[in-house]
Amino acid sequence: MSSIFNYIERKSVIHELTGATKLLVLILWSFAAMTTFDTRFLAVLPILAIILFSLSKIKFKDVSFLLWFTFIFMVLNNLLIYLFSPEHGVSIYGTRTLLFKGLGRWTITAEQLFYQLNVVLKYLATIPVVILFVSTTDPSEFASSLNRIGISYKVAYSVSLALRYIPDIQREFKDIMISQQARGLEMASKKQNLIKRLKNAAAMLFPLIISSMDRIETIANAMELRGFGKRKKRTWYSSRPFKASDYLALFLAIALLIISLSLNFVNQGRYFNPFV
Amino acid sequence: MSESVIEFKDFTFKYESQAEPTLFNINLTIKKGEKVLICGPSGCGKSTLSHCMNGLIPASYPGEATGSLTIGGVSYKDHSIFSLSKITGTVLQDSDGQFIGLTVGEDIAFALENENIKVPEMKERVLNAAKKVGIEGFLSHAPHELSGGQKQRVSLAGIMVDDVSLFLFDEPLANLDPQAGKSTIELIEQIHKTTDSAIVIIEHRLEDVLYRNVDRVILMSEGRIIADLSPDELLSSNLLIENGIREPLYVTALKYAGVEITPSIKPGRIDTLMLSSEDKEKVNKWYKNVTIDQSPLSDEVLLEAKDISFAYEGGYQALSNISLKINKGEMLSIVGRNGAGKSTFSKLICGFEKPQKGVFYLNGNDLSSYSIKERADHIGYVMQNPNQMITKPMIRDEVSLGLVLEGKLSDDEIKAKVDSVLKVCGLYEMRSWPVSALSYGQKKRVTIASILSMDPEIIILDEPTAGQDLRHYTEIMEFLKKLNSLGVTIILITHDMHLMLEYTKRAVVFTNGHLIADTSCEEILTDERRCEEASLKKTSLSVLASLCSLPETEFVRRFIQEDKRRRA
Repeated sequence: MSSIFNYIERKSVIHELTGATKLLVLILWSFAAMTTFDTRFLAVLPILAIILFSLSKIKFKDVSFLLWFTFIFMVLNNLLIYLFSPEHGVSIYGTRTLLFKGLGRWTITAEQLFYQLNVVLKYLATIPVVILFVSTTDPSEFASSLNRIGISYKVAYSVSLALRYIPDIQREFKDIMISQQARGLEMASKKQNLIKRLKNAAAMLFPLIISSMDRIETIANAMELRGFGKRKKRTWYSSRPFKASDYLALFLAIALLIISLSLNFVNQGRYFNPFV
Repeated sequence: MSESVIEFKDFTFKYESQAEPTLFNINLTIKKGEKVLICGPSGCGKSTLSHCMNGLIPASYPGEATGSLTIGGVSYKDHSIFSLSKITGTVLQDSDGQFIGLTVGEDIAFALENENIKVPEMKERVLNAAKKVGIEGFLSHAPHELSGGQKQRVSLAGIMVDDVSLFLFDEPLANLDPQAGKSTIELIEQIHKTTDSAIVIIEHRLEDVLYRNVDRVILMSEGRIIADLSPDELLSSNLLIENGIREPLYVTALKYAGVEITPSIKPGRIDTLMLSSEDKEKVNKWYKNVTIDQSPLSDEVLLEAKDISFAYEGGYQALSNISLKINKGEMLSIVGRNGAGKSTFSKLICGFEKPQKGVFYLNGNDLSSYSIKERADHIGYVMQNPNQMITKPMIRDEVSLGLVLEGKLSDDEIKAKVDSVLKVCGLYEMRSWPVSALSYGQKKRVTIASILSMDPEIIILDEPTAGQDLRHYTEIMEFLKKLNSLGVTIILITHDMHLMLEYTKRAVVFTNGHLIADTSCEEILTDERRCEEASLKKTSLSVLASLCSLPETEFVRRFIQEDKRRRA
């Protein structure tokens, strides 16, 4: 559980890119994947993502928790699309190729299957890149890259501090939980009903909030005493100059977005339609 | 060299949220190149004074001030917290909490980043500052890879990237073990010698600071400066005792022996102390006259650890083959440096973690199959920070919580039981107060009371007195002593050498997951090698003993005897 947002240190081409490059590529890539429903294009993106993964030397098992989490989410999302709108594909592609009659309105059409294939491809195209970004960008570079793309450094720094304190707070929560268990507060016991269990969990938030407030006061004072917020701009110790590989990565990401946008014209709309 | 860095003139300050001023008529001048110690009990105003020097007052804690305060020749009214950060560099007490960057290098660079300094210049200045405090080999390390002492060095480097004219150390020793504390004091001395900046140390652990030379000691009480003297003069007076500050042990010992302490014998530091042969004779005479009483210990084993080994998930071997017997009614210390396995050991006793090998026996019963809760009925665990344990807003509710959850007793029985526990803990008068109205030491008592209400046979306390001044320390420890005399076995996990010496007979030393010593406290504290391994240091009593040609261990033992007798 501790590795939800976790920077994994490896030596790789991807790690060497600056945080700002990675953030921009992530944004461009996501736009490229979002704007189009061109299946051919969407099918290429996951392949590219897998190549990036292998370049980064991050193993799938390093991020298995996140992968499983998004996989389950993807399955749920698809089920819900089908449940609520079983013939959405028909209305998009304008044809109706019935494969199975199904139950009531829940028919199975080639158009619907094709549409949902697109949805799955979108997940496969974007999620690996997000995970890759999170696991190859260390949090302080993350802050400096947010700042670099124009977000105020104060906001950027608070985001990175918040990310950083997650493991600390998890550890503290565990300590508090244990000390309460020792006093007879049952957390996971099946003997108690849900409301009581929730109440018990809430009881533990009280000390957690108090100690977090103390922590915030200390860090805020420490930052202010060392001139945080004094000037409009600040530099970043962890920032690195752009190298050729950064420009190359950005160029490729822009190219992807251009292809994606131009496909909208080629297909005369967001969808690639194989049914006409 | 006589240029003053800070000048308070008839300065009075009142926090916005308080009715009475916290500082009254402060007159204090600190000059360049001076090294000043400010001490006083909790609530005497020393933190407020330090906040005035670094600008947290009024930036973070607003209030009203009268009189004048000039810092670097400019009135405080014309300063901002930022302009002050160029003059005063502050090392805060909490070495974890003030670590801002994710790596050492980044943390040192923080002030420079905020100044918008270009990266190449920044890296150079960071490296230079790191070299000055000897951490240049750790620039890419994360905070959790550092010891408390190293973290403090990082904070110090972080202010040395600028040329500050005042170094302000806010309780620098509070979170350090004795050895790390000693090297911090040495480092401060080194800065003192190599820069012409003023140094202000705020600390109530006087003896540890006086290990190196200090020009002046400012003693505060109730918002006023009551003494501004050289260490030699101060230690020759009774001001410390009268104001709740612990005297250096050697001074106490000399007083017991009837040696007259005057500035001329230079009592400020043990290594400047000059004893005449007459004085030494007095100490020898006192030594011979101390009566030794050997109160027999119970030899009934209450808790036994047999061959315990434990490794954390990552494979880190935290404990190897620990065997230990704890007798009924004992009060003992577990000592060792951070990460030596002390806390892991207590977590295993309480069942928070399970040993891979070995068994705990309580009264001869194997504990292996006991749940956390079942163990807690016999063994109570009090965490270091009371704020992490208290979940109810009202004192009575907090202390009754365990009994209410257990559901065995009727409401009336719970009330009666909680009342009696509250009386033992001296909290009965406050029984219907909210927890938030209590001091830290009182909160600590609430957590102990809530454990005590479950009638445990053993209470384990993690650093029960960390960060407490003498009054609170004594209050907590005397209370524990009283519990102990009522038959509760008490295990203390601690770094505090005074606590070990004054309150426990036996100490168990852990090093790298091994139990390396299990003997009397005075024996450990006079043994150089074991002190080193446990990150403790020898007390000044050892030095005094050798000055007077007396055997160290026995001298310490007799001193403790005498001390207990006198304070009783």
